[in-house]
Amino acid sequence: MTNKQDQSFLEIIWDFFCSLKLAITTLILLALTSIIGTVVQQGKPAQEYIQEYGERVYRVFVALDFVDMYHSWWFLTLLNIFAINLICCSIKRLPRILKLVKHPVLTPDEKHYRRFANRDEFTVPVAVDRAGDRLAVFMRKHFAAPVVTARDGRTHLFAQKMAWARFGVYVVHLSILIIFAGAIIGSVWGYKAYVNIAEGTSTDKVWPRDSQNPIAIGFEVRCDNFEVTYYPGTRRPKEFTSDLVVLEGGREVLKKTIEVNDPLSYRGLTFYQSSYGPAGEPVFKLTVTERSSGRKLKFEAQRGEHIALPDGSSFAVSDYTDSYKSFGPAIQMHLNDKTGKHGNAFVVFQRFPEFDAQRGGAYSFAVDSFEQQFYTGLQVAKDPGVWVVWTGCFLLVAGCFSAFFLSHRRIWLTIEPAGDGSLVRVAGNAHRNQPAFEIFFEDFKSRLKEELTGRQTPESSPLPAVEANT
Amino acid sequence: MLSIKLFNVTTIAYFGAMLAFISYLVIRNRTVALVANICCYVGFALHTAAIGMRWYESYQILGGDGRAPLSNLYESVVFFAWTILLIYILIDLKYRQRAIGAFVLPFAFFGMIWGQLYLSDAIDPLVPALQSNWLTYHVITCFLGYAAFAVACGVSIMYLIKARKGRDDGEDRDDGGVLALFPSTRVLDDINYKAIMIGFPLLSLGIITGAAWANYAWGTYWSWDPKETWSLIVWFVYAAFLHARFTRGWVGRKAAWLSVFGFAATIFCYLGVNLVLSGLHSYGGG
Repeated sequence: MTNKQDQSFLEIIWDFFCSLKLAITTLILLALTSIIGTVVQQGKPAQEYIQEYGERVYRVFVALDFVDMYHSWWFLTLLNIFAINLICCSIKRLPRILKLVKHPVLTPDEKHYRRFANRDEFTVPVAVDRAGDRLAVFMRKHFAAPVVTARDGRTHLFAQKMAWARFGVYVVHLSILIIFAGAIIGSVWGYKAYVNIAEGTSTDKVWPRDSQNPIAIGFEVRCDNFEVTYYPGTRRPKEFTSDLVVLEGGREVLKKTIEVNDPLSYRGLTFYQSSYGPAGEPVFKLTVTERSSGRKLKFEAQRGEHIALPDGSSFAVSDYTDSYKSFGPAIQMHLNDKTGKHGNAFVVFQRFPEFDAQRGGAYSFAVDSFEQQFYTGLQVAKDPGVWVVWTGCFLLVAGCFSAFFLSHRRIWLTIEPAGDGSLVRVAGNAHRNQPAFEIFFEDFKSRLKEELTGRQTPESSPLPAVEANT
Repeated sequence: MLSIKLFNVTTIAYFGAMLAFISYLVIRNRTVALVANICCYVGFALHTAAIGMRWYESYQILGGDGRAPLSNLYESVVFFAWTILLIYILIDLKYRQRAIGAFVLPFAFFGMIWGQLYLSDAIDPLVPALQSNWLTYHVITCFLGYAAFAVACGVSIMYLIKARKGRDDGEDRDDGGVLALFPSTRVLDDINYKAIMIGFPLLSLGIITGAAWANYAWGTYWSWDPKETWSLIVWFVYAAFLHARFTRGWVGRKAAWLSVFGFAATIFCYLGVNLVLSGLHSYGGG
């Protein structure tokens, strides 16, 4: 069995983990250490650190885990202390609060009344039991239904409102633990990956960020089409969208056009539109007009490919853009004469098919279309803990609001015989927002006196009835 | 753009209010304080109109791509100043302590003057990542939180001036001079606490709406990005402050200092991260 010294040692540990000082210290330490990770970039390749800070500093950083500090043993230890502190201080305080709410003092004595700032006592010319009945009705009407206890010739009334507001702070503490749990679930059973899918192709694998080995996702995702639109006259993307199809065993089961801020979810995986890029070379479709005959010829060309024309010369597309200044899509091309001599480059606009005729020469060119195939870049996330995290977040906010803005209010009344009438004691207490409660209590008291001093006020009389002549 | 002119007049109104509040501290004439407050209310009304106007103008310039004016650094600074005035007016309606204006209005005025003189007020269309309603929820909650912390900081500075060392026993005494106009240390401490009580849940909501948006946009609700981390640092500081209220030795001056540090961290979270560090919230780069 444990001896006395062990006992006190355990108690010291327990008190240490329950203490408010530990909570404040941990919060401030977490704040201070978190700064490191915002100054030193996290999770970069070694060369980048060496380049910026030098070899020696880099080795110190690695030794102290500064390059991945949010996963370091010491930061996780701090978070653990934070969590243990939350649990311990809640365990320590919760029973007391539960007792206070569940087993309020129902038969208070004089000493109990003296503890409150909001209190009063006065005598009324009404017998105890009659006063008790009337006050029970009164309390229900003006505050909350009371618990009535008669003992030793005295009648005690007790009523409370929003007792559960006392638990707001524990809801906040619990919510933080729930958020931690959600984050742990996500990091153990979830992953973050990415995949690039060229238009018209599909994939059944994704590539995790921190590993070379792809993960099989158990179904196929196909990209039917990718599109990017720009704000008029600029290169600022307005929107990029991918038409995605989910296939199970070759059968289409789900179709969705995704865009940034509107992902596709299927079987616990979510696909987010995150980037895009060109896939392969575009194919240019051109109409060439022979000036002498007016004959129109159709060609398909790829960049750099020389295509022969009827008179023995040839042309080639050397470059393209889907936005040339404000004129829209355009290609750059040149002609080689019969001897193969390279001519000057010129620009042909897709939107202005007549434009090239002004250049002169044996042939004029118009761009019918050029199709650039794209790949769509998708982020893939699996996070089974995310709903746990949102539950925690909801509780956090709800707990904060109830802890800060709702108040547990209690009122006690005791009536005892005094001479011909009764002595009434009343006291009230609020655990938040004292000034507002003070005003309420003053009002409550004056109505109470009015109720008992015989002057029967009609139900609808506007209160508080302050004497005009005082 | 009409909104720019309205913002200019707003800035002038806040300048007037700030000067009047400071004069009030010097000459202690209640009429001056009233003038200051009228400037505040008129400025706030103009400010509200200007923000509405800019919203309307975004639709005129961008057509269907118009959006709430909350996306670039200029718009955020202007909105921040608006939220500071909103919280100030709420405190003024409740406590009627005009001297507080002298310590709160400068935050709003310097924000406005910085925005008007140095920041680009162009209305540009939004990149795809910002096209989300979460942007609005996130910005509004964060800045209301920041503004509450700004007011708490102003009040804490007053507290620290009034309760110089050895005088923070909560007793009211006849200070004479400027200090006589300050609310009592008890009231200052109370306002500091109340403002943080308003700001803390709002900051929590701001962090959560940001996390929800990040999760919706790219599948990670938390990625230890510098901005995210700094918002958490600010959260830790104010969580420490709230707990400090319950323990002896951490009230009064220490709590006031925590509030000032908290606001310094808030400002760094808002501006420093954008201007000094790199990360997702890059609107400060322009």
